[in-house]
Amino acid sequence: MTSVSPAPAPPPTRPGRRRWWPSPRRIGLQAARIALALFFAFPIVFMLVSSFKPDEQIFGDLGGIKAFLPVGALSLDNYTGVFDRVPAVRFLLNSIGISVITVALSIFINSLAAFALSRMRWRGKKIVLTAVIATLVVPFETYALPMVWWVNKLPWLQLEGGRLIVTEGWLDTYQVQILPFVGNALFIFLFHQYFQSIPKELDEAAVIDGASWFGIYRRIVMPLSGPAIATVAILSFLPMWNQYLWPLMVVQSEELRPVMVGIDYFFQLNPSWGEVMAYSSMITVPVLALFVAFQRAFVSSIASSGVKG
Amino acid sequence: MVSPAVFLLVMFIVIPVVLAFALAFTNARLVSPNPAQFTGLQNFRTLLDDPLFYKSLRNTFYFAVVVVPLQGGLALVLALLVNAKVKGVNFFRTVYFLPVVTSMVVVSILWTLLYQKTGLVNEIISRLTLGQVQGPDWLTNPSTAMPAIIVMSVWQGVGFHMVIWLAGLQTIPQDLYEAADMDGATRWVRFRHVTWPGLSATRTFVLITITISAFALFTQVSVMTQGGPLDATSTVVYQAVRTGYSQQQTGYASAISLVFFVLVLAVSLVQRFLTREKD
Repeated sequence: MTSVSPAPAPPPTRPGRRRWWPSPRRIGLQAARIALALFFAFPIVFMLVSSFKPDEQIFGDLGGIKAFLPVGALSLDNYTGVFDRVPAVRFLLNSIGISVITVALSIFINSLAAFALSRMRWRGKKIVLTAVIATLVVPFETYALPMVWWVNKLPWLQLEGGRLIVTEGWLDTYQVQILPFVGNALFIFLFHQYFQSIPKELDEAAVIDGASWFGIYRRIVMPLSGPAIATVAILSFLPMWNQYLWPLMVVQSEELRPVMVGIDYFFQLNPSWGEVMAYSSMITVPVLALFVAFQRAFVSSIASSGVKG
Repeated sequence: MVSPAVFLLVMFIVIPVVLAFALAFTNARLVSPNPAQFTGLQNFRTLLDDPLFYKSLRNTFYFAVVVVPLQGGLALVLALLVNAKVKGVNFFRTVYFLPVVTSMVVVSILWTLLYQKTGLVNEIISRLTLGQVQGPDWLTNPSTAMPAIIVMSVWQGVGFHMVIWLAGLQTIPQDLYEAADMDGATRWVRFRHVTWPGLSATRTFVLITITISAFALFTQVSVMTQGGPLDATSTVVYQAVRTGYSQQQTGYASAISLVFFVLVLAVSLVQRFLTREKD
């Protein structure tokens, strides 16, 4: 097996020796790291590279290292092909809109709840906090199907010809893709944890200056909560962008489709490999780029989602 | 100030959960002019006579029993490999984590192509074995479809749990290792008596989260095989979605969802109990 602590200090040898002649153990471990890196990277590299190649060349290159190299007749034809066959831009805009609105609402509403639970004194606070956390026990798949039935019964207000009318049923709308994912017990919990670490003396000072509760929330607590906001933004953005099961069930019209359902339908049309790779790259690269840019924040938010209770 | 969040949680978690319990005893349909009628245990009786349900249950367990130790174990190995202070360790962490930020739908589509008879996976197998082994058409063969989905799922998810293990490793106090070194402990003894006990809380969390997501297997099946070939990859959640959504039988699908919930709850309680016992 492998060691856990930082590698033990090497025995004092002649200076500079170690760099030229690492121990077999070190070589072995590094080889394992590299082999694993190849294992995790090869499908992604293949996807990116193939998105620029015509199909004959993708198949021709399969047998060798060329499958992973951007060589040969590279072009953007696959990308234009995707846009010709499906409204991919529409799907992208839908997903961007849905994700951004959900993230924004989620940050606001859950932090507000956490603020009340952390800062204000009221009866039944403990019970509410426990009940909120209890909702984490139930996986989404348990209630997804009854929820389809449920949202189909919900009313909504719509502006039609200058007057408000009440419609029934949320199927095939934008709100059905957003509102069920705004309230989130984990996010309330994460904000609550973070707010507890902000000294309460700050609010007391603000109260003396005549600030309201909302003023304290907006002017003192939230500006100090950057890391918690970033964590919640990342943890709510990723699953929203990747949404599949839910929109598959509640969205029928093509113009409301998000990217993942869009690519699934596209894939069923039996397009060329190159086009599949182009579409896949298009919806993956932005997220990968965000990840590489904000790597530290990503990893620490994933880790913080694991330190419950 | 709590009310907006509480309202949303009630509307979109509490009520649907209650509905799952209520509708499971009715013949509710997704779109129907008639109100749902109470049918007692009828849905559960149908379920017990449904051969597809047993297949789905078996496949779900098969997937979970392999994926939980495989993904949990590999994630720990990765975490240990990148916890060393070696050059380039950040690069390796990033690469191992890349599949996690790639959507499961994209991953499933990508691997469907890789798994074809003349696809990249078989090319690589053939190269590595110097042409001795010719891989099958993975996803159309009932005996290889599930293993193929397992390998891909571990590939996608393992980086997530690597990060969780890493966070756990970093909470183990450094002086415990120093003390162990002073006692002349070997690497294995150090791992067995310092690292492993130090990870007990992390272990429970990793185990339970992998188990729950393994039991919820859906996306890969929906994109890659639609439950086939010969129902070899149909799962409990996949069957629930197919009856509830495609066939619009909300009542019956709610019954299947309840079975899923009871399953997940039972397994996580047992795991929590077992891991607590040892500490």
